[in-house]
Amino acid sequence: MTQAAALLPEWRLVMPASQPILPLALRNVDYEIRGARLLENISLALETGPRTVVMGPNGAGKSLLLRICHGLLQPSRGSLQWANPIMEQVRHAQAMVFQRTVMLRRSTAANIAYALAAYRVPRSQRNAIIAEVLEQAGLAHLAYRSARVLSGGEQQRLALARAWAVKPQVLFLDEPTANLDPAATHAMEEMIGRIHGTGTKIVMTTHDLGQARRLADEVFFLHRGRLLEQAPARSFFAGPQCAEAAAFLEGKLLW
Amino acid sequence: MNMNDFSAAFGTALHLIIHLDTDLVAIVLLSLQVSLSAVLLAACIGLPIGAAVAVFRFPGRGVIIVLLNALMGLPPVVVGLMVYLMLSRAGPLGELGLLFTPMAMVIAQSLLVTPIIAALTRQTVADLHDEYAEQLRSMGVGPLRAIGTLLWDGRFSLLTGILAGFGRASAEVGAVIIVGGNINHVTRVMTTTIALETSKGNLALALGLGLILMLLALAVNGAAQVLRDSAQRAYG
Repeated sequence: MTQAAALLPEWRLVMPASQPILPLALRNVDYEIRGARLLENISLALETGPRTVVMGPNGAGKSLLLRICHGLLQPSRGSLQWANPIMEQVRHAQAMVFQRTVMLRRSTAANIAYALAAYRVPRSQRNAIIAEVLEQAGLAHLAYRSARVLSGGEQQRLALARAWAVKPQVLFLDEPTANLDPAATHAMEEMIGRIHGTGTKIVMTTHDLGQARRLADEVFFLHRGRLLEQAPARSFFAGPQCAEAAAFLEGKLLW
Repeated sequence: MNMNDFSAAFGTALHLIIHLDTDLVAIVLLSLQVSLSAVLLAACIGLPIGAAVAVFRFPGRGVIIVLLNALMGLPPVVVGLMVYLMLSRAGPLGELGLLFTPMAMVIAQSLLVTPIIAALTRQTVADLHDEYAEQLRSMGVGPLRAIGTLLWDGRFSLLTGILAGFGRASAEVGAVIIVGGNINHVTRVMTTTIALETSKGNLALALGLGLILMLLALAVNGAAQVLRDSAQRAYG
């Protein structure tokens, strides 16, 4: 170790979490707000590997469930347990892309640099990571453009690239393509596929049946705050077990 | 006074400006020095206060917001009086001997401007925080770092607020005349000189300074406008 490195404060030398944080287990999770029970008695496990798609009509509690898993909301009852007990590492081993993208008022590249700094990725590695993920997202030519003037599709790809840049073990995607046209949606789905290919666990919500068929390995079906079914994608789409899921797949269940 | 006197005074005023009359220049420079220092001081206090009130939830927060908004309209003479009482010989800070110095004027003006900057900062940062909060928490960003981020990302709006504060500081007369005393070559600034010279009937100097003050206000507002427009273009 050089003398300069020896003088660095210790936290600088802490690398992002490398210990696996999955599986995540939810046991009997309720979420209530002002007396309304929005999630009821949810128990599930998120394992390494399959792309998990949370499906269900609007208001079923899909986004809430993602936020609880990600730690943005605390369950009113029940427990949530990651395999890794060190919360700091768990925090830094996951990322989320929101339905409404939040673009910092900075350049495209600076948006990614910000995330890398927040996740304490060593400064020396940041530029290489930024170049790599912008290339992957097809945004390299827009690196120095303000993120706020990008198109909707570009912004959503940047949000995905920003989340990917921190090399999360788990990536939560909340309706990532809800406001996009088919071409932009396709580009997003391809990127999600590549991220999954690098070993990142994908957990996403969608109300787009076609997208769910294209991306899901495993389906969680939510209805009015309850987890009615969890099944491998193939068997879920072939023949769901509960009547609500069957109605939803036929396009009859709207809420 | 007839119209001829007025146009003569106006002519002399222009003459003073164009030939950079030493008295006039000294007064303008002192005014700028006092008001810029006051705004700098007020920004150092008002930005963090406004941002903290926007981001943190604590008991009494609502009261502070109401107070900040109310203090935006604080009458300058009242601020002048309060600072006078604090700094006068018998006052708690009398030993510092600051009364009737430019420093006293800086203090008075920064008291006047701090609530403006704090209130506008709170509004700007709160709006931005509504948008950013979840994303920042998702990235594990703590409240202190979040405040830094919000202040930086709101920089253009915040600068507009700071310019508004500068406008108020440089235009007020009530506070600086009480705590500065309008002493020639020491604490005489544009507004106090205008008040004095007008009452003395020396309209030329008053008019000259009035013109400069107006140009300054125009320049400040123009700068704010340009800033807003370019930020709008660059950052959407």
